[in-house]
Amino acid sequence: MAHENPTGWRRWVYSTNHKDIGVMYLWFSFFAGMIGFAMSGLMRMELAEPGVQFLPEFLGITEDHARHMFNVLTTGHGLIMVFFMVMPALIGGFGNYFVPLMIGAPDMAFPRMNNVSFWLMPPAFILLLLSTVVDGTGSMDGFGGGWTAYAPLSTTGHPGPSMDLAIFSLHVAGASSIMGAINYITTIFNMRAPGMTLHKMPLFSWSILITAFLLVLSLPVLAGAITMLLTDRNFGTTFFDPSGGGDPILFQHLFWFFGHPEVYIMILPAFGIVSHIVSTFSRKPVFGYLGMAYAMAAIGFIGFVVWAHHMYTVGLDVDTKAYFVAATMVIAVPTGVKIFSWIATMWGGSIKYEVPMLYAIAFILLFTVGGVTGVVLSNAGADIVLHDTYYVVAHFHYVLSLGAVFAIFAGLYYWVGKMSGKQYPNFLANVQFWVTFIGVNLIFFPQHFLGLQGMPRRYVDYTDAHAYWNKISSYGYLVTLVGVLLFIVVMAITLFKKKKDCADNPWGEGATTLEWTLSSPPPFHQFNELPKIK
Amino acid sequence: MNVKRLTAGIMVALTALFGFTVSALAEGRLGVPKDKGIWLQEAANTQASRVVDFNELLLWIITVIAAFVFILMFYVMIRYNAKANPEPSKTSHNTLIEIIWTVVPIGVLVVIGFWSIPLLYFQDVVPKTEFAVRVTGNQWNWTYNYPDHDGIEFTAAVVPKSAFADAAERAEYEAGLSKFLGRDAKLNARLLDTDYRMVVPVNTKVKVMLTASDVIHSWAVPSLGVKLDAVPGRLNETWFEADEVGTYYGQCSELCGKDHAYMPIAVEVVSKDEFAKWVERAKAEYADAGTTALGR
Repeated sequence: MAHENPTGWRRWVYSTNHKDIGVMYLWFSFFAGMIGFAMSGLMRMELAEPGVQFLPEFLGITEDHARHMFNVLTTGHGLIMVFFMVMPALIGGFGNYFVPLMIGAPDMAFPRMNNVSFWLMPPAFILLLLSTVVDGTGSMDGFGGGWTAYAPLSTTGHPGPSMDLAIFSLHVAGASSIMGAINYITTIFNMRAPGMTLHKMPLFSWSILITAFLLVLSLPVLAGAITMLLTDRNFGTTFFDPSGGGDPILFQHLFWFFGHPEVYIMILPAFGIVSHIVSTFSRKPVFGYLGMAYAMAAIGFIGFVVWAHHMYTVGLDVDTKAYFVAATMVIAVPTGVKIFSWIATMWGGSIKYEVPMLYAIAFILLFTVGGVTGVVLSNAGADIVLHDTYYVVAHFHYVLSLGAVFAIFAGLYYWVGKMSGKQYPNFLANVQFWVTFIGVNLIFFPQHFLGLQGMPRRYVDYTDAHAYWNKISSYGYLVTLVGVLLFIVVMAITLFKKKKDCADNPWGEGATTLEWTLSSPPPFHQFNELPKIK
Repeated sequence: MNVKRLTAGIMVALTALFGFTVSALAEGRLGVPKDKGIWLQEAANTQASRVVDFNELLLWIITVIAAFVFILMFYVMIRYNAKANPEPSKTSHNTLIEIIWTVVPIGVLVVIGFWSIPLLYFQDVVPKTEFAVRVTGNQWNWTYNYPDHDGIEFTAAVVPKSAFADAAERAEYEAGLSKFLGRDAKLNARLLDTDYRMVVPVNTKVKVMLTASDVIHSWAVPSLGVKLDAVPGRLNETWFEADEVGTYYGQCSELCGKDHAYMPIAVEVVSKDEFAKWVERAKAEYADAGTTALGR
């Protein structure tokens, strides 16, 4: 009983097809990412030299206003990159597209809920963008309290409606993610092809399964915390207001109980993608598969009990801090297992340096750099001078901007042929990789120096001694900008090709997961007869 | 300490590499970031120097780990590229090596913890102090109150940028500071200098009691090894002891709104005699009789 495949706008707006929804997530993430990237550009240009000159001139505002605007930009950049770029790309995009293919399922368990999940994202994003153009504080537009939105800066500090819109935005985006997570858990537990036990499931599916659990357990806490913000702001409650018996630090505990798992939500799917790519281009199975899967589970679990390492300077009890130091350092162990297992996967392999592999190798190396600075920061004793400085900014951009984002690039190059049927132009993609690689390192490596020298983060202006490395960092942005523009060119060349030139399996015998057994692009509905796994 | 010597060597090499110059120190010590600096600010007391030492140790550990991973990766990339090794092995398990790369990192972490935890307790447990200063963070300045000195109270705000461009304005600020401190004082750095400074005696343990009047701020002086949030409705405590006379700078380290970058911290460390004299003068001018002593 063949039924018509929907076409035109109905295909997308009414879509219940996991591949179409995955593609929409990727496009959404691309547009949001461009806005987030442009925001970081404005910040880097402002920080290129001491003083406040770029923003007032560029936006035609007073210096006073520009100082607030800078905070709005840091806030917007953070929220957009976390909620509207990395998560939609890794989880909504690659997760939707490839989890069903990899586990041999015809689609997601709840296709219509999948549609709702995606279509909540654009309104959430619009709410966030709207929040930047309505009154925030002191008759200036936008919320400038950071993506962490600490009370009381997010309550009495920003009385205007801007923060309310940002809260609604996170509510909607959070609902979307929770529905997505429920969908993944149900799909992975119930719709694996016959013979595919959990212990035979590809690591990317493992990573999405663990991520989905983290989402389901952590996002409701964020939702509760920001709802309390909302009622503190509008209905006279005092959850976070000491004058009514509340406590601003309570918000930080709630926020980071969500926020720390959130960083693993962003990196675990990246781990999954990198495992596939390393194995494919080394023509070897993943080394220590079970160790890899359970290392991710361990990271996910420990991720829930380390949140207060973001709060070493708030005045925690010293014994509490000692616990969080110990617990945080433990994360280095499963993370180390992953790094070494990737290298061991390559060991003895027959390695081809295609662009996805370059990105995966860069991921491993740069994630190592971000990981070891994380070990430094985990020590409350050292954190006392590094907390809230650019050292932290450098650290988390090494694991996210050079980690998660590199994994997104790696995944795109790895799978764009599968998704579109068209392979990327190889030479230009190589250039794109090297330019981006140099650019991001130029941005973020000098920020370690700035942090060690004591430059606090979220500063619109800095003392003259910090000028040199800030300038280098801003030059790095320009190089990265070229990389991003090249990326757009590469993807445009790929997608505007007339001919579908990608083989079903362009990567050869190393690519063993089920998506490579299908055509490129896969049929609208796949696995009408379930594959059997030996 | 061996680590220190190694680090010194590296620093010399990096100095040569990046060509930065070590600026001459003004009278008294200056706790400021260094132009083109790549390392922690120079420590001015035991608290900061223990952090610097610990950070050096950590730097060595993480550099060795990162270098190990990089070298391993480069070796694998060259040795096992498709041309050099056309037939991949099928090895995907080796229990021994998996145990090793789980246990060895645990050992490294235990070593780190051996230094980390004592440092934490040293910083965090406030010893018996001689007096206290109550510091209140406001949008966007700091109020300093000396409850053990008749409640001397003043508010220190950033010296505006214009004072660093305009000689007359600068002289005015320097005159004001000199009058406040009771001796000649100079402005040292844009965005770090304040119109008044927190004054404390050298070689004296001082308790800092922090709170805030509006949103959360964070009181930090890197060269003295202190940083603690000022939270409305809470009274946080920390301490420091400065070993040398000088001026030590820090900046608000928790996002607090529009002028977050414009509420620096300047701590003037003076001799005990000079402090006693300053207290007498300040009592006359800034004391608030209503404040009760809370320190010690």
